[in-house]
Amino acid sequence: MEKFGFSLQKARVINYDSNDRSIVEYVLEREPSLKLCIECGCCSAACTTGNFTDFSLREMHILLKRGENNEVRNKIKKCMLCGKCILVCPRGVNTRNVVFLAKQAFQKYSAHAV
Amino acid sequence: MVNEGKKRVWSDYQKEIADDHFFYVRSCIRQSFYPGSEQFFLNFLRNDLGKDVYENPSHTTCTGIGYHGDIVPFSTTQTVVARHFALMKESGYKNIAISCVTSFGIYTEILETWKHFPEELEKTREYLFKATGREFDIPENMAHTSDIIYKFRNEIAAKIKYPLINKQTGKPLKVVEHIGCHYAKMFPKHGVGGAEFPRVLSGMAEAWGGEVVDYPERRHCCGFGFRQYLVQANRGYSLSNTVKKFESMRPYEPDLVLTNCPGCNMFMDKWQYTAKEMEGMTFGSNGQSIPVLTYEELAGLVLGYNPWDLGLQYHMVQSEPLLRKMGIEINSEDKYRTKDGRQMPIPQNLINA
Repeated sequence: MEKFGFSLQKARVINYDSNDRSIVEYVLEREPSLKLCIECGCCSAACTTGNFTDFSLREMHILLKRGENNEVRNKIKKCMLCGKCILVCPRGVNTRNVVFLAKQAFQKYSAHAV
Repeated sequence: MVNEGKKRVWSDYQKEIADDHFFYVRSCIRQSFYPGSEQFFLNFLRNDLGKDVYENPSHTTCTGIGYHGDIVPFSTTQTVVARHFALMKESGYKNIAISCVTSFGIYTEILETWKHFPEELEKTREYLFKATGREFDIPENMAHTSDIIYKFRNEIAAKIKYPLINKQTGKPLKVVEHIGCHYAKMFPKHGVGGAEFPRVLSGMAEAWGGEVVDYPERRHCCGFGFRQYLVQANRGYSLSNTVKKFESMRPYEPDLVLTNCPGCNMFMDKWQYTAKEMEGMTFGSNGQSIPVLTYEELAGLVLGYNPWDLGLQYHMVQSEPLLRKMGIEINSEDKYRTKDGRQMPIPQNLINA
């Protein structure tokens, strides 16, 4: 890269046309309860990992649905699969399975390997 | 809506453009970066259409770049513009033809200010008289040079030699038009088609056989932004804006970008080079960049002027792919040769060359 003394900032628009939704489609096919998520954030409030790090399951769900996978791929490693989020979810989403399937999908599509 | 009503509504979006006797005011950067534009305009109006266009050698900058860069106070800008009006009065002209969209924005802003705050007008008259002893009148008609070319677009279409049609496929060339923010976004009534339906460039492109591309970021800024550009560390904002616009037009594979404003032309042209150097990005079809032309350069091309006389070689993105599509014969040896046959230095790292 040439040194110009300034840098290019990535646009912050969510481009649903170019974003890759293959991961969320893989998850939704196997765990349709994710469709019931209302993004209330109870999972994040109950999350032990979230208490000590910047991990937020609600954020993961939103980013997955948008197809913004890069951030999810790194942060999802922090989940310990304890399952406290399932106990508090008012919509009955199997959140632990969502995390598990997302990890599996990242492994499956080598471009996104965790 | 009945047809009569439609016509009445559309007439509200039109502006009156003078027919003859223009007091021409120059841009700060246009002659340096795209010298063929101004030459075409003056030559076409004076020699082809037989119009009276006067240029006063005492004309100066309008201070627009300094004003929008927050380093020139508004009262100074008003007095400088008042001096231009005084020069026009002394030369005996009443119709002003402004060749830069930044200047056009400054002139419209000042005229609107004087209309709503007459005390500012009186103050400016006083400042100008004290400083220079001059007096001025407000112009009867104010047009941007693109308005004038738009007015005579059908005269150009009647003499057309190379229409905007791809000679290989027979389809119209896809034109992205960019009118510039200061043309009609600030004071819509001063632009053809207002802020909602700017027609000045799309009217030209369609009259000359092209097809206008309607893409999501069509009305987005070119990225100039004055303050964002003047400080080097902030130029990323400017570049990011341009890249956002170009990424939006990329799927439509435009053949050329047609610009209204010297600043927009410079940024849409040169930032394509920068984006390519920094990130390897290109926005045209087949991994090429998109040539960016002024409306005068395009008018000259369709009329059959020599592309090198129009100064197309001074752009960063070279226009050879477009010239081939239009079926214009070019002599590469003459590209960097002066009229008297001397060889000029050949620039490096040109795009599409």
